[in-house]
This record gives sequence, structure tokens and C-alpha cells, in this order.
Amino acid sequence: MRAYARLALAGFRRYSTYRQAMVAGMATNVAFGLLRMAVLVAAVSQGSIAGYDVAATATYVWLGQGLMAVVVLWGDKQLADRIRSGDVVVDLYRPWHLQSALLAEDVGRAGYALLVRLAPPIAFGALFFPFRWPELATLPLFAVSVVLAVAVSFGMRFLLNATTFWLLDNRGVQALYTGFAWLLSGLAVPLAFFPSWALPFLWSTPFAAMLQAPIDVFLERGSPWPLLAGQAFWAVVVLGAGHLVLQRAVRKVVVQGG
Amino acid sequence: MADSTAGVYAKLVGARLRGQMSYRASFVLQCVANALGQLTELAIILVLFNRVSALGGFSVNEVVLMYALAGTAFGIADLVASQLDELPTYIRTGTFDVLLLRPLGTLAQMMASDLQLRKLGRIVAGVVALVYALGHNEIAWSPFTAVLIVVAPLSGAVIFSAIWVLANAVCFWVVDGQELANAVTYGSNAFTSYPATVYDTWLRRFFAFVIPGAFVAYYPSLALLDRPDPLGGPAFLSWISPLVALAAAVVAGLVWRTAVRHYRGTGS
Repeated sequence: MRAYARLALAGFRRYSTYRQAMVAGMATNVAFGLLRMAVLVAAVSQGSIAGYDVAATATYVWLGQGLMAVVVLWGDKQLADRIRSGDVVVDLYRPWHLQSALLAEDVGRAGYALLVRLAPPIAFGALFFPFRWPELATLPLFAVSVVLAVAVSFGMRFLLNATTFWLLDNRGVQALYTGFAWLLSGLAVPLAFFPSWALPFLWSTPFAAMLQAPIDVFLERGSPWPLLAGQAFWAVVVLGAGHLVLQRAVRKVVVQGG
Repeated sequence: MADSTAGVYAKLVGARLRGQMSYRASFVLQCVANALGQLTELAIILVLFNRVSALGGFSVNEVVLMYALAGTAFGIADLVASQLDELPTYIRTGTFDVLLLRPLGTLAQMMASDLQLRKLGRIVAGVVALVYALGHNEIAWSPFTAVLIVVAPLSGAVIFSAIWVLANAVCFWVVDGQELANAVTYGSNAFTSYPATVYDTWLRRFFAFVIPGAFVAYYPSLALLDRPDPLGGPAFLSWISPLVALAAAVVAGLVWRTAVRHYRGTGS
């Protein structure tokens, strides 16, 4: 257990060394946030949509801009690269459970991202735009929701990377994932904006658990418990699936190259 | 001489394209993913218009026209210029020194370095949307608008490519400038799909005129629809996209040359 705690700390430290990249990332987040705000506010200022007025829309945009970096919505390819190069064999022979080790490291990374990628856009949004703060009692629930969102996202990214064991090149799957994540997670427009017949489907994908669910908890859109339950369900499913996939994949490993 | 230089480029590009076909399943998936990526942007426009009847004073079909012009232009630029995103890696690893040694232009070498055929998916999706938009809008047909329909996506592609060159040339001076460069290149794409009337004054000034994003889709669309500029700009703005593209290309070329002169190897 202590080893995993150390890994989490290492994950935190590793990302905190790239200060310039962090500042650039923040600036990029804010620029895109302003562009997205403009389009959505042009829509909701004609009359609120599905409960989103200007303040709720601004809160939604700035939370989303921050959370997408915390959960790494676009996926990552570190493990895929290690599988492709064959380095993964080293990871598999270490005395740890590979998935748990990577999860521990990702929790550390997410902890750092909370400070530098989520807090600044929220501060920016709250300072310069109408903003909707939740009740104090909602904040712990929001924290739990963010943790679950990171777990679901990690589970998805692990599965995405693990496809490399079979495909050898997972960039196609990765590109598809990015496209779907953008639309289905509620990053581009709130899921509530979609036509009502599409909502049951949208809320039944793990993507909603990664972004729209924590935002809805923060905005206090209805009871938080079904949202948290849905997130917990997906966290268990994708992490469990990852564990099974890893067991099978170990027997598939082909060390490529010298 | 010119002939043999062109031959070398053709060989470089040909070798790259053959390499990409070796993982065939992944290639097909990436082509589809690129087309879908383009279409999700369309889906978002449709979702919004499911709730409102106008954005910035424009109807759904008019916004789809702007989206289609912008998407096609961005798709072409993405195909020829997005390899410039690799510039910081080239500089850091010293690969850029190799480009300088060859008797070919550095910019052309960068652009030919990794031409991604899979990006055709994005262009095809853009053209399909454009055909749809032309059929569902009242186009002010004339020989001029007919020419404009072909010229506008090409001018837009030149403008986007120039933005790509300029944003990445900054990386010769600023280490780690890549994410900021992305904010400008992908940000101007995000800007151009919607009418410029949606944006606030200073955001509009920056993305429409400093980075001439309004000339990619907004002004050509006004010409095609025969609408005056709601922002009060003079009518000739709707027609000058090719000139803006030419100017942007010249500026980008000059800045790139200056940047390369300024370049020093990493010295490792």
C-alpha cells in the first residue's frame, strides 16, 4: 500500500516540474473558454435553455474547461507507447499490479491538475462572469464526484491503451475516442441541450460520468445521488474490465524489435 | 533543376504515404475518425439550433454554410501544415539541423515531412456539408459567386496554413510555445465556424482581423448569401479573402525566413 502512495506522490511531483507547460495550458484553456462562452451565451441570452441561464452557462463552461484537464478527456498514450516499444514487459515483471500502479500515479497527476488546471479557470470565471456557486454542503459531494470522474476516465484510458496489445497501433481507436468524448461527455454543449429522446442514451455512456456528472453536481441540477451512483457503477465496470483485459493481454505480449 | 527538386519532394511524400498504409486497419479507422470529428462540430451546431432559431442573427442553414467553408479550409490546412506542430520536437532533438543541410526549403520540407493521408476524411466531410449548405440556402448565383465557392475554401486553407506557420515560428524563440501555438491555430478554427457577430468586440477583433479568421468563412458567406455585413463593414470585405490569403502567406513566409536565420541549434 505504501508503494502505491509513493507512486501517487511521484505522479504529483512529475507534473509539477513542467511549469511553463502549465502556464501555456492555462492560457489555452482560457482562450477556448472565451470562444465557447460566446457561442453558448449567444444561445441562452435569448431565453434560458433546459434550466441554463447565463450564469449557469458560464459556470458550466469554466468548470468544463478545468475538469477536462483533470480527467484528461482526450486520452493519453503513455502505456500504448510502452506496449508498442516492448518496454511494457519490464512493467509486467515488476512486483506490482500494473493497473493499480498506473492508477496511483494518475491520482497524483489529477491532484496536481486540480490545483493548477481546475482552480484557475474557476477563479477566472467567477471574477469576470456571472457565476453560480453551490451550497457549502454540495462541495464535498462535488469532490467525490470529481474523484469518481478521474477513476472512470483512468479506466477508459487504460482500456484504450490496452487495445495496443492486439492492434499494435491504437491511434485510430484513440482518434475515435477523442471525437466521441468531446460530444458525449457534455464538453461541447451541456447534455441537457440535446433533444429529450437522446438523453437516456447520452446518460447511459461512461462519458457522461467523466464530465457532465460532476458539473451537474456542482450546479445542483436535481439530486446528486443518482449521478454519484452512476459514476460509481462505471468506475467499477471499467476498472474491472481493465483488470480482466490485462490478465488476457499478458499472454498476448509480443516483444517487438531487438 | 526545378524539375528535379520537385521530384525529390514527390519521392519524400510518396515514401511517407506508403509507410502510413502499413497499419491498414488503423489507417481506415483514423480516416473515419477524422470525418466523424468534423461531423461532431456539425452535430453541435444542430443541437444548439434545436433550441434557438438564430445565432448572432443567422439561421441554421447559414451557420452550416459558414461551418462547411471553415471545415473544408481547415481540413486542407490540417493536411498540408499541421506537421509544423512537430517543430519543437525537431528543434529539441536537433533534427532541424538536418533540414538546414539539405538543398531544399525548410518550410516545404517540414510540410512534406509527414503528410497524413487520413486527414482526407475531414476534407470529404467538409465538402459534403458544403454541398448540402449550397442546396439549402438562397445563394445569389452569378459567375462571381460560382468562382467564390471554389476559391473561398482554398483561400481559407492558405489563411489557416499561414496562421500555422506564424504560430509555430514563435517556437524558434519561445521554448515550449506549442500549446500557445495550438490556442491560435485550433482556436481560429473554433472561431470561424460561427458568425463573427456572436463574439464580443475584442475577441472578434483578435480572431477576425489580427488573425484574419473572419475572411475564412464569415465574409465569403455574406457574399454567397448576398447579405450586408451586420457589423457595418463595407461590402468589398466580402470579396477580398483571396487577397487577405495572399498577404497572410507573404507575411508568414517572411517571418519564417527571419525565424530560421535567428535559429541556433540546441548545441548538444
